[in-house]
Amino acid sequence: MTTPIRISPSSLREGRWYEYVVRFVLGGAATAFAGLVSSRYGASVGGLFLALPAIFCASATLIEKHEIRRKREAGLAGERRGQEAAALDVAGAALGALGMLAFAAVFSLTVERSVSGAFAAASLACLCASAAAWFARRKMRAAHRAQRNSGPAMSGSR
Amino acid sequence: MTEYVVRFLVGGAVVSAFAMLGDLLRPKSFAGLFAAAPSVALATLGIAIHQHGSTYAAKQTTSMMAGAVALAIYSVVVCQLLIRTRMRALPATLLSMLIWLAAAFGLWAVAGGQS
Repeated sequence: MTTPIRISPSSLREGRWYEYVVRFVLGGAATAFAGLVSSRYGASVGGLFLALPAIFCASATLIEKHEIRRKREAGLAGERRGQEAAALDVAGAALGALGMLAFAAVFSLTVERSVSGAFAAASLACLCASAAAWFARRKMRAAHRAQRNSGPAMSGSR
Repeated sequence: MTEYVVRFLVGGAVVSAFAMLGDLLRPKSFAGLFAAAPSVALATLGIAIHQHGSTYAAKQTTSMMAGAVALAIYSVVVCQLLIRTRMRALPATLLSMLIWLAAAFGLWAVAGGQS
């Protein structure tokens, strides 16, 4: 099975300057908010907000908007396609959350031994866990599709 | 005040970098992995270690595990709202924040909370 991952710089050209500003402001606000909660209610409550999906609303809305714009330029109504594109990104984020879980687990276990080692090991664990989950899901979907497609043919040959 | 300005700037930069990386990658489901990158954590933990030490950061990341599971639940709910109820992205993501809050605090409490 070939790796379908590729770089597409065209999506950066589609973005408007204010969309980047919105994401910067939301990301900055989420980080400041996490710090504020930690200093007010303690590290334990504050830690929850390190996984706050703060920029999801901006990211999903932008993906939806770009897809709708692209379809409208082609003379089509793109609402449904926009929702599907945003849903695909969010489905990826569900797998990415496993990576975040691996990051938190590895970091909490290693940080008291070595700070730089904890950052490196946790980032690596995050990357490996999320990529492995993505490839596993892709493989399962491919197997499921193949099974579904071969189903009627098999029953027809019986 | 300066601390929060630094947090804001560092957090904004790290989150934007991961978001742009996600924009560059295809397919979209793979790019979505970067939407859940621990960008806020990367920006916060360095400052936390500098100010309070590594035990404090370890405590934060232990709680972060509950937040990460809540994020997975949140993502599944948003996905279902977009596909099944055909809700637009902005209301779906904002409404589901309630699910994230409930799941994060629920799991945190079940796991022992402050203790």
